[in-house]
Amino acid sequence: MMKTTTTWILVAAVLGFGLIGCGDKGTTTEGTAGTAGSTPAAGSGSKGGELTIDGSSTVYPLSQAIGEELRKTNSDLKLTVSESGTGGGFKKFIAKEIDIAGASRPIDEKELEGAKTAGVEFIELPIAYDGLTVVVNKENTWAKSLTVTELKAIWSPDSKILNWKDVRAGFPDQALKLYGAGTASGTFDYFTEAICGKKGAIRKDYQGSEDDNVTVQGVTGDKGAMGFFGYTYFLENKETLNAVEIDNGAGPVAPNEETIIAGKYAPLARPLFIYVNKASAERKEIQDYVKFFLSEQGVAILKEEKYVALPAKAYELANKRFEDRKTGSVFGGKSAVGEKIEDLLAKEG
Amino acid sequence: MNVPFGSSTEYNRRRMRKDSIFKWVCFLSVAFAILVLGVLLVGILASGLPHLNMGFLTNLASRKPEEAGIKVALQGTLWIIGLTILISVPVGIAAAIYLQEFAKKNRINAFIQLNIANLASVPSIIYALLGLALFVRFMDLGRSIIAGALTMSLLILPMIIITTQEVLKAVPSSLRENSLALGSTPFQAVVKQVLPAAAPGIMTAVILGVSRAMGETAPLITMGQVFVSFSPENVGDKFTALPLQIFNWAGDPRSSFRDLAATAIIILLAVLLTLNAFAILLRNRFQRSR
Repeated sequence: MMKTTTTWILVAAVLGFGLIGCGDKGTTTEGTAGTAGSTPAAGSGSKGGELTIDGSSTVYPLSQAIGEELRKTNSDLKLTVSESGTGGGFKKFIAKEIDIAGASRPIDEKELEGAKTAGVEFIELPIAYDGLTVVVNKENTWAKSLTVTELKAIWSPDSKILNWKDVRAGFPDQALKLYGAGTASGTFDYFTEAICGKKGAIRKDYQGSEDDNVTVQGVTGDKGAMGFFGYTYFLENKETLNAVEIDNGAGPVAPNEETIIAGKYAPLARPLFIYVNKASAERKEIQDYVKFFLSEQGVAILKEEKYVALPAKAYELANKRFEDRKTGSVFGGKSAVGEKIEDLLAKEG
Repeated sequence: MNVPFGSSTEYNRRRMRKDSIFKWVCFLSVAFAILVLGVLLVGILASGLPHLNMGFLTNLASRKPEEAGIKVALQGTLWIIGLTILISVPVGIAAAIYLQEFAKKNRINAFIQLNIANLASVPSIIYALLGLALFVRFMDLGRSIIAGALTMSLLILPMIIITTQEVLKAVPSSLRENSLALGSTPFQAVVKQVLPAAAPGIMTAVILGVSRAMGETAPLITMGQVFVSFSPENVGDKFTALPLQIFNWAGDPRSSFRDLAATAIIILLAVLLTLNAFAILLRNRFQRSR
């Protein structure tokens, strides 16, 4: 009988094990951060505070990098960064679940309306440039460049093209396989609008994924494959993939920093944004974050992370916009397709 | 013996051949499973071990692979698993005892039984969405540890209930009847006789359930965060967990981060094995004490 009692005590111990175990962990490894973090002093300089960021997976690495650097001066900052796509991010933004949403396209009409209904005011800040890059296999020697018309013929919803020889006369007889961004991403929205003319219009038989690595794997492994994703992602994989030059009527243009900034890489160059909840912008830690993001240090990190920086003037204007707490979107629910950087700056000013 | 006497040697030879073929097929199946496991382990150890150091356990996730660690993710996993055990094990065992020992055999109970069996085979992503709608949104718990743990508990409850019931079924009814005949109440019979006899089996049920919860990623994707800079302090905190961190790193374009994913897998395996070893020790103790 004694023995069963002790065994039951052991059972209780096992049940408690998990919690006690991690309870210890929580307090011991945390050390100073834990004690200081549990007494958040409101408005006491730039210590502590909470900041939640979500949205575009194209902006995510940058949001995380900036947060990481900021934590070096404010180690008590409770920072959470997630990626659920531009659309997913805006949903959470409107539901007031997050302070800042990263976006690879401007907020659209429906989302604007949702924000209005929910009483969410926001400050729209352009933070970087991206060039949506169309990639093919290294062994693809024929498709050095493609015209927008050819891309449209390949990707539009009623496309029947399954072979490279149907893309352009002279292309070899090679089966064509398509990979790309999934429907929740801003990259998908932007690509379909810029190439097929309508947001969300795309053929059904392409391999769509929110994970760009799927596209990388797919295109690397198949001589006849084609895919698209953000320029930064291409730079990380340029050893294994080729970028296609895009011909928008003025000759083929390769995606690189220069052509993207100059607006020559049309129509696939696009601005990236962060949207800051105006109510959150009252908080010190959010102000710190945004100011750091738009500062010279922030731009240096941005370049380190292989993003294409906006002209310096754009960051000045964005800073001013934030200081003035100027709410609303300059795009008014429209897309950024066909916008040039100069026009964008004019709108910012 | 219906076998004609004259053909018995031929018959026997065929019988023996079948026997040895069967043995080999079984052996090859095991060998195949072990081989696959071995290849996976070797691959993970090869790419993960070089990065395994104390810093990996005490650092936050980072944009620089050499500075990246899993501190918060590991803590998140331990919190989730701890809470899941606390919630699902008592509830699961109690439900199984009720259904097996006390519930009347009527239509309603048969219906409940059928549904539990069905729930056990529902894909985890469905539970994830249920948890998102019920705990995160409706009960307004937010994307918190407790919401994650409750979802995980729902996920493994059917498994624990069904397995525990099977174990209880296997306890000889003479044990119960003897106990009742000697004047004990049904409660006493269950607690003093049936449960101790079933304890090792119940432990197995718990091990299976908890192991599943540990590696499960789907519920966490809808609730966890990708990058969290602070350790969880209470059940309402936001969290990230090891499977999420692994998922995130494995999808990174830079190969150094994919190696870190392997390192994190080693840690996850280590935690899982420790927990299981502890439970098996406990089970053996039960068996001995009988």
